[in-house]
Formats: sequence, structure tokens, C-alpha cells
Amino acid sequence: MSRRLPEVGGVYIQMEDELASLVVVIGASQAGAKAMTATSGPGFSLMMEQLGLAIMTETPCVLVNVMRGGPSTGQPTKASQGDVMQAKWGAHGDYEIIALAPSSPQEFFDYTIEAFNLSETYRVPVIVLADERVAHMREKVVIPPEDEIKVVSRKKPSVPPEEYLPYGSEELIPPMACLGEGYRVHITGLTHNEKGYPDMSGDVHSKLIWRICNKIRSNAEKIWRYKVIGSERPEATIVVYGSAYRSAIRAFKEARREGLSVALLKIETVWPFPEKPLLDLSETSKGFIVVEMNTGQILREVQRVAGSSRVEFVSQLGGDLPDPRGILTKIRRVLDHA
Amino acid sequence: MSRAEVVIAGFGGQGIMLAGYILGYAATIYDRKNAVQMESYGPEARGGAAKTELIISTEEIDYPIVEEPDILVVMSQEAYTRYHSKVKSNGTLIIDEDLVDLTPPPPPGVSVYKVPATRIAEALGRRIVANMVMLGALCAITKVVSPKAMEEAIKSRVPKGTEELNIKAFRAGYDFAIRLMRGEVD
Amino acid sequence: MLKQVQVEHPLDPLLRIDRIPHIWCPGCGIGIVLNAFLRALKELNFDMDRLVVVSGIGCAGRAAGYVNADGFHTTHGRPIPFATGVKLAKPYLKVVVFSGDGDLFAIGGNHFIHAARRNIDMLVLCVNNQNYGMTGGQLGPTTPLDARTSTSPYGNIEHPFNLVHLAAGAGAVYVARWTVLHVRRMTESIKKALLKKGFSFIEVISPCPTLFGRYNRMGTGLDMMKLLAERSVVMNFIDPAEAVVDLRDKIVCGEFVDTEKPEYTEMVYRLIREKSGREVTSIVES
Repeated sequence: MSRRLPEVGGVYIQMEDELASLVVVIGASQAGAKAMTATSGPGFSLMMEQLGLAIMTETPCVLVNVMRGGPSTGQPTKASQGDVMQAKWGAHGDYEIIALAPSSPQEFFDYTIEAFNLSETYRVPVIVLADERVAHMREKVVIPPEDEIKVVSRKKPSVPPEEYLPYGSEELIPPMACLGEGYRVHITGLTHNEKGYPDMSGDVHSKLIWRICNKIRSNAEKIWRYKVIGSERPEATIVVYGSAYRSAIRAFKEARREGLSVALLKIETVWPFPEKPLLDLSETSKGFIVVEMNTGQILREVQRVAGSSRVEFVSQLGGDLPDPRGILTKIRRVLDHA
Repeated sequence: MSRAEVVIAGFGGQGIMLAGYILGYAATIYDRKNAVQMESYGPEARGGAAKTELIISTEEIDYPIVEEPDILVVMSQEAYTRYHSKVKSNGTLIIDEDLVDLTPPPPPGVSVYKVPATRIAEALGRRIVANMVMLGALCAITKVVSPKAMEEAIKSRVPKGTEELNIKAFRAGYDFAIRLMRGEVD
Repeated sequence: MLKQVQVEHPLDPLLRIDRIPHIWCPGCGIGIVLNAFLRALKELNFDMDRLVVVSGIGCAGRAAGYVNADGFHTTHGRPIPFATGVKLAKPYLKVVVFSGDGDLFAIGGNHFIHAARRNIDMLVLCVNNQNYGMTGGQLGPTTPLDARTSTSPYGNIEHPFNLVHLAAGAGAVYVARWTVLHVRRMTESIKKALLKKGFSFIEVISPCPTLFGRYNRMGTGLDMMKLLAERSVVMNFIDPAEAVVDLRDKIVCGEFVDTEKPEYTEMVYRLIREKSGREVTSIVES
């Protein structure tokens, strides 16, 4: 990006640390720019403070985290999916967030654009939650002509500065005036009222937090991205996201070759977690096989949503993709117990 | 061939990663197939072992990990020792014969091609293009990509000003392998 | 009968009047610094729509919320990288960071030295009250040796930063120090820094009678002001290393650095114009 951005009229800066990187991104976005940063592991932990600020001030921005083995320095240059819950809960306080998990370079490209569009639409930081395997993967990427790429920009105020309320309550997602546009806004990470001024009262806080949660919750069906592959009324369903999908799809194909009644739910927006397809599949599926490169994070979401169904877990730690044979074994186990 | 798994291995500084990249680039961009290249990184930037894995296929590639290479190209003894037993039983092994000694022997059924890539490159004036000589040999022997696609890929991916030398090295490797297969050299 | 008249203060248009009264204690110096800052803006007839005031956390950090311009109140220690982001997107805006010694030099110390090193165009106005006033008077990076604070009940055993020396060493192109009693010189200094291209730093020594003063038996706010008047000495352009702050001896004030070097956003945009072949002056389309 340091090479490419100046060529296309963009700014690149290398900051002193990852925390500062996200602050600069927030500053640039508040001034009206579309801005992003990228990191892995420990850098993501450093960004949590500013993730909170971006959520609280409703600043659109994009954050790429290439997950590696952790905690701490962990396994640089090795893959994991250990930051899924951190992406959802890592900053202090209550909030909702959007996170997309690519499984190929093409999806990495597409989801980064999508991340900007979602972030501008909902005024929320959007995380592209990749992992080392997809980040160090080279594949064909089709880049469409510029005019065919859907680009969404934040809604601007339609009222003059004297009437503008930066956090007006009429809409879930208020229009955003930027610095230097004459609106003379005051923005703070403190709990704030509709004018943007600090206000510590319980009512104001409650109203603000419910709004920043509900703008995502009530639009979740529009935000969700997922694919259901295979049987319409499967007896077993694989649930997977990110590069682990590449292992799962192999296992899925093998299972189908063996004539097993199996489907695959590929989750593309890990947050908000797409509950509906899982609920639908749980009507016929006797069980789910959750495949993750961690000790069980989305597993908890599946258990929460799919309730009484049998849930098998394929855990892969250490940096490699899950072995498709291990997934196949679990599929058989679910079906045998049917 | 609908799916070919390729491993190229040697030591750091031989241009192993670039060779893999060019092979994948030729397959996808110019031969319009699918390819996936996975790179394993250690913290060190130079020296030590280098390896790249590629899968080239006419179909969409699901699992991107090489399980049993159809084609193994080795340019160091260490790489041979580490990977020779993994080649598929009817697979292809291409070695730089001046750098690799075939002990222990490869699995039965594997076709072995000895190409003095570094020596050929030195004769062209730069040993650094040994990777292109190897790509030439790989292209002639395995036909996983077309020579035309390879040449286009080399021209667009090597540093500016070195295109001619790299193409020359590729053709030298290609011609050597053709003669090798005809039994004109041993 | 006396008639009640509403008189507008000449600086009212520069303030968010609906947010006054401010939160600062009687005898605190932050209001004086805000006053000098607003005067400087007024005397320069500064375009308030081209100004962004950024602050961090702490007593001084509340200043951004009182100025009638675009303002952003960041998390603790982060006003400088926020200001950096604003400048990168819209280099034509003037960005002023108004914050305190704890925010800027403890949690935010790393950002300060790197922004100064890059020479990014901004004015950092630091109110130095030698302790964390908002949170109960803990010791900070400018607390003098031996001073009592809520977390140094036996006397401070840490050496303090000399902020002007630090700023000069990190590469700031304009560096000055005043006390809150140097109102006119401080105002002139702020004016100069607002017009200067590059990273400018002004430190203002201020009393904190509620906490630092009380812990160190320094009397009322007025007593502390008197102490600042007695101890301060103006020595322009002496070596910043020699410009000490010693409340028991002398407080060296003045301008210490006023120099020129290429400014960061100018270099960024020169690069963009060169590489893109376009006349880009801001990455945000107006």
C-alpha cells in the first residue's frame, strides 16, 4: 500500500505502533476520508482501546486482522482463528460489531470493499478477520473495472449547522458531518447526548448504548453473508468460516461422494453471527460439525443457537489448516449416532 | 491433467519463491487455469531452507495444501532429503544434478530427470537464473503450463532489464530437457 | 432602579456558551491558557471553520469542548495521532492539540516524540500542572523530585521530564515555555505558533491548588500564582537543556527553538502529486 496509495492519490503512513495506527485512521475518517489499517495478533490487542473509540464515536473505518497463534507473540507467520471472540468483545463496554472472514484472496479483496461499504452504512468499525493461511495464499483475483465496484459513502447532514445534531435520536444511524465542513461538531469518547456533548446521566448512556447495538442488531439480516452448500434437508451440517472452509469443502465433497446427507454452512459475516440459517438447518440436521482453528469460539455460538442438536467440534491448533479427513470422521460420527 | 501438485525446494537465495510465483502466474493469467500457491515463512529473510507449494488445476481448487506432490523440483541436498519420499509413486522428480545426490533413492515408479541448472545458468553468465533453467525443464517435462504462458509470465514478473537473460535461461532449460527426454544427453 | 443588562464578553463568539461554566477549580490556570488561546485566535482573525481542537483526557483535555470550532475529545494520550489523521486527510486545516502533561507525556509520550520527529504541522499546547489533577493528584512525568502527591506520600523519587528539552530533542520547530502569568507573551507565542508550518510546542506552567498545591502546602491559587511570578525568569533562546523548571529555585521561560524544516503533510502530498500525476491537495473530495 505504501507503493500503491500515492499512485492513486491516497495517503499512507507508518505509525509508531498499532494503537496509534487506528487513532490516525479514526482522525482521517472524522475528517471525511475512508481509512483502514492492518495488523496481526498483538497489534490487534493494541487496537482494542481505539476500536472502542471508533464504536463510541460511530466512526466508519476498516481494520484487517490476520489471525495468528496467540496469546502474546505466539506463532508469528502461523495461522489461527483465535481472535474471533476478541473481535466481538475485545473493547470494554457493550457494543455490536461487524466482522467478515475471507477464505481466499478473491474474498479478501471483495470483503475489504464490502467492509468499507458496511462501515459507511452503519457508522461502525468493520473488521476483516483473516488468518495467516489466507494472507499467505496466492490465487487468481479478478478485479472488476472501477465503475462496476459498488461504493457506499456515509450519509451527510441535510440540515444547516445550527440545526444539526451529530447524534440525533430520530434515526438509528445519524448522518455524519465531518471536521472542516463548518458544522463545528464536538465529538467525544465520553457518553454523550444528541449534541455530542459529554453527559453522564444514566438515561443518556442507556439510550446511546442501545442505539449503537440496535443499529446492527435490527439490521442483522441485511448484514449477514453466508452460503449453504449441499442438501436442502441435510442430516449433518458442517459449520465453518475463513480459510478452514478450504478444508471443510474438501471433506464435504468426499462425504457427498460417499452418499452422505450433508450440507455446509459457510459463514462469511462471523459478526453479527448469522443465526437464521443455523436455525433453519437445525430443523433437519441431526447434528453440526463446527470446524475452527481455535479451542472453540464460534462453537459456542452454534451451541447457543442450535440448542438441542448434537454439536461435534473439529479443533485445529498449531498453524496448519484442519485435516479434511478429521472432518470426515466427525461427519460419520454425527450420522452414525442419528 | 486436471490437478497437479508441485513442490519446488532449495535454499534461500535461489529464487525458489519467485519460481513458484511465476509458475502460478503463468498457469492462471496466461493459461487461464486455476492455481494456488502457499508460502511458509520463518522469521529469517535469507538463507536456510526455502520451499513453495503450488496446485495447478483446470477445476476450482478447494483444499490448497499439497498432500503428495506430482512434481518435485529440488535444488539442494537438504531439500531432497526432506521431501524425496513424499513424491507420488508415478510422479516426477527434477533435480539439479550438481547439487543433489540421489541417496537415499526416490520411491519406486518416480521418473527422475537430472538437469545441471546451476551449471547452465553459469554458462549464461549468472548463476542466479538457475531457477529459470529449472522452470524451463519443468515446463518441457511435465507440460503443466505452456511454454508460451511461461515466457509471458517471466517477462512480466522478473525485474526490469533482466527479462532477456531470464528468458534465455528458461529456453536453455527447456531445450536441455527436450534433448534429455530424447536421450540426446544423459 | 438598576437595570440588568446582558453584556457579551468579547471572546463569547469563540466559545460554546451552552457549555459554560467550565469544570475547572478556582485558582486553576487552565482557563487562563484557554483565554490566551482564544485571544490569539481573535487577534489573528482566525477562520474558526478551518480550526480543529483536539484533546485527550484530564482537566486540560476538557478545553476542546469549550471552543466553538470542530473539536474531538480522544481517549487518554491519543490527541496527537488523531490530529495526525485529520492533517493527513485535510492538510489545509489547522490542528491544535490542547492537553495536559500527563496525557501528552506519560501515556501519550511516544506519540509526542514521533509527531515532533515527523514535523507534522500542529500546535501542541500543554498545560503543565505537575500532577494528574482530574483523578486525585497522582504523580506524573513532570512531578518535581521530592514533591508530595497522592501516590508519592513520602516525596517523589522519580526525575521529571524537562518538556522543552524533550520537544527540542525530538525535532519540534517551535518550542516555548511560559507560566499562566505570562498572558501577553503566551498569547503572542500562540499566535506565532498558529502561523508557523510544522510541529510547535508551547508548555504553560500552571498551578493546581486543589491537589498539587494542597499536598505540598503551597497555599491558595493566588499564593501559587505569586510563587510562579517570583520564580520565573525569561531567558529566550538559551539551550533548552538548561531551561529548568524548579519551583524552589527558578522557572526558566521564553522561546527556545524557532527554526524551519520540511513539513510532513507537505512532503506526503508532494509525493502523491508526483506519483499520481494529479493536483491532489486533500484526499477528501470537497
